[in-house]
Amino acid sequence: MPHPLLTVEDVSKTYDGFKAITKLTFYLFEGELRTVIGPNGAGKSTFFDLITGRAQPDVGKIEFGNHDLTQLNEYEINRLGIGRKFQTPSVYTEHTVWDNLVLSLKGPRGVFASLFQRLSSTDHDRLDELLKLIRLDAKRHWKAGLLAHGEKQWLEIGMLLAAEPKVLLVDEPAAGMTDEETHRTGELLISLAGKHSIIVIEHDMAFVRQIARDNNVTVLHQGSVLCEGKFEEVQSNPKVREVYLGRGKHGNR
Amino acid sequence: MTSPATGPSFLRSRHLEFKVIGVLLVLLTVIFPVLNAHGVISDFTLTLWGKYLCYALLALSVDILWGYTGLLSLGQALFFSLGGYMLGMHLMLLIGPLGSYAKAGQNPAGLPDFMVFLGHTFLPAFWRPFYSFGFAALMVFVLPGAVALIFGFLAFRSRIKGVYFSILTQALTYAASILFFRNALLMGGNNGFTDFKLILGHSLVDKDTGPATMRGLFIASAVAVLVVCAFCHWLNGTKFGLVRQAIRDGENRVLFSGYATAHFKLFVFVVAAMIAAVGGALFVPQAGIINPDQMTPAKSIEAVVWVAVGGRGTLIGPIIGAIAINALRSWATHAYPDSWLIILGAIFLVVVLFLPGGIVSLPAKLQAFWQRRRKSSVPEPTPLQVEPENPKS
Repeated sequence: MPHPLLTVEDVSKTYDGFKAITKLTFYLFEGELRTVIGPNGAGKSTFFDLITGRAQPDVGKIEFGNHDLTQLNEYEINRLGIGRKFQTPSVYTEHTVWDNLVLSLKGPRGVFASLFQRLSSTDHDRLDELLKLIRLDAKRHWKAGLLAHGEKQWLEIGMLLAAEPKVLLVDEPAAGMTDEETHRTGELLISLAGKHSIIVIEHDMAFVRQIARDNNVTVLHQGSVLCEGKFEEVQSNPKVREVYLGRGKHGNR
Repeated sequence: MTSPATGPSFLRSRHLEFKVIGVLLVLLTVIFPVLNAHGVISDFTLTLWGKYLCYALLALSVDILWGYTGLLSLGQALFFSLGGYMLGMHLMLLIGPLGSYAKAGQNPAGLPDFMVFLGHTFLPAFWRPFYSFGFAALMVFVLPGAVALIFGFLAFRSRIKGVYFSILTQALTYAASILFFRNALLMGGNNGFTDFKLILGHSLVDKDTGPATMRGLFIASAVAVLVVCAFCHWLNGTKFGLVRQAIRDGENRVLFSGYATAHFKLFVFVVAAMIAAVGGALFVPQAGIINPDQMTPAKSIEAVVWVAVGGRGTLIGPIIGAIAINALRSWATHAYPDSWLIILGAIFLVVVLFLPGGIVSLPAKLQAFWQRRRKSSVPEPTPLQVEPENPKS
């Protein structure tokens, strides 16, 4: 078995007595596209918080390569190459689409570097390429706050990609998108797998089916892994059906 | 703030704004002193406007924190006063033999009068370097900068944000004012420093040469505003400027994009403190006095009102706000001495409720108003929002 890129072992996190994450073990391998599903309150967002340094685990090990992520803060973890897209699109609303990407471009992040940094022609090409990829080429001078919800989601994905991360953590990318936009987002994520390692949290089962294809799906329930496997296996797992798929609105799209 | 521009026009307006400021300030720098030298503008008016320009520096320091970075500091008057005190120490030592005690032959050591009054016979060690103008000028930057650095480091490292940051800065300036009220600090107690006679070998009080000194100080103040505006304009065009405004609009995203937001905020906080300090240092010789009243929280809050009224998040707004409100105050405290605070409060309320972008947003508002009126005369439904539609592909 190859060495995992991201290792999460026996991690627990409690908020005021509420067990958000309990003995969670999770491995992500190079180039993998992993989908994480689970009912509300299963601990999906807390899981991302723990990886990205927003929260520290009470116990357990979180490692990325040789780095112990529990000892680093948000920006240090990001600089290692772990980018996160938030559940609600968070873009800089008063900046143009272009400037949003400029700020996210891979490069030095220090105060003094930012005073004298200029965009190189390679940077310009890279930004042009990204704008085409996220289909905001024509709106590059728009203020990001004026974009539609789905476009903001795409912009944020573009911002993640601008930093050229090794790992992409994507929290509900399809929320608020039309079916067609959702499908395109799925295509984009599939095309990124391989170059990047990706974890996607999602509720939309049609979307999960689309991107999961022959990749693994992890089901979280009450803060730990309920089961892991191919989409069909997971879908037919009686435990999963009981806690999640068989019940309510998410099961039959 | 800025209207939702959808193109590079925002950039252009930024450059236009700076050109307008530049032209106005250069005109001010030339015209006021010339008119004063020819007796068209009284010495009193010139000095008054010199003080307005110092207040404009204070307002700019509030604005680069609040308008551009989203940090509402209610303690900028502290840095303004500290800058003033640093130059004030030098001016106090220059009084020397011209002071009242010295004239009465009771001050052989040439101490500042308040020290003689307190019974001191020799100058405390920390006062001595202030005989040098260069040292005092350096300390105008160093001391307020150091206070801002230490306070900012602790506050930003602990991730103190929003209203908690505002309250802390207010507490800081309040604590400092209490400290400076104490005679034991040897900084003049509640009377502060006053009765200055000389600056750089020029008299501040002489009937013949005093006005020329004041003209020089006025020019220095106008140039300082211009330099600070040029610096801020440059800063806004750098990536630093982008990061700073991104912190204002979404600090988490910046943090999760690999930027140590605390370092950026600390840098801005220190720079803002130094800008306020320069304003204070230029204010003291023109006002002829600095005392702990200048660093009470009320003074800081007043500066925030200037910025809100003028228009935060712009460079010209704080300048307009500081000059307009202080000019109004000069008039109102003569005409309606009892009602000034009520007038100020009313202006603030009106601006917050009806003109959140401040005076600088007035032209755009009026334009939109006229366009609406013109359209409503045509029997067609008016579009409510200019926001572009989302083109569904």
